[in-house]
Amino acid sequence: MTELAKKRPEFRNINALTDLPTYRLPVAGIVSILHRISGFLMFLLMPLIIWMFDNSISSEISFAKFSAAFNVGLGFVPGWFMKLVALALIWAYLHHFIAGLRHLYMDVCHAVTKEFGKSSAIVTLSLSIGLSAVLGAKLFGLY
Amino acid sequence: MSVNYGSKRIVTGAGYGFRDWLAQRVTGSLMAIFTVVLLVEVIFTSGPIGYEQWAGIFAGQCMKFLTFAVIIALLYHVWVGMRDIWMDYIKPVGLRLVLHVFTLVWLVGCAGWAVQALWRL
Repeated sequence: MTELAKKRPEFRNINALTDLPTYRLPVAGIVSILHRISGFLMFLLMPLIIWMFDNSISSEISFAKFSAAFNVGLGFVPGWFMKLVALALIWAYLHHFIAGLRHLYMDVCHAVTKEFGKSSAIVTLSLSIGLSAVLGAKLFGLY
Repeated sequence: MSVNYGSKRIVTGAGYGFRDWLAQRVTGSLMAIFTVVLLVEVIFTSGPIGYEQWAGIFAGQCMKFLTFAVIIALLYHVWVGMRDIWMDYIKPVGLRLVLHVFTLVWLVGCAGWAVQALWRL
């Protein structure tokens, strides 16, 4: 073991408040934790997703209610906030989808080198954030 | 503590995660295929998409068949994923059990609702 490797700090029993802010996560690690966070977010918002699915396919009237939720608002929730939540879901889905394809590719092609891990993580982040920006701009009527 | 990993692990006959690992990939692939099919349907719809066009995508028996399978796949996929999260971060056994039960109730309820919406169409 080299001197450099010996001096690396060890993290055992990580404290979320004191250790995580200074923990230098590699880009593949960022993709990994975002995969988890995006999955958790979609789990929590699942009733909203199904509410949207239900209303959008059930009838003309419920479809109008579905559209109005984003244009006018839903109950006390304003439309722009609904759009923001929808954008969060769009990002979560895109990230989870692309990071999932990365997993499948790695499994099928045995692509498990450090270099591939890094480059594919950068591709994943760029695609998910880029596509979210494009769809978000459309959602908020910028084009 | 006994070794429970590598070639020297003591095999006791319980699962070691392979089934969940595989299930996560099979269900994930199915949902990815569904996503592509839905995208193609939306992209190749001519004109603006209103209620008729959108509901029409799900109305065909083929799409209903696939959507139903995807709802079940989603149910299992999210169960495996959420169970991993609780197992990693929640150590007290009682709280973990409560969260597992909550997850199952949440997922089964959501899946039932989604199937009901799909069946009505």
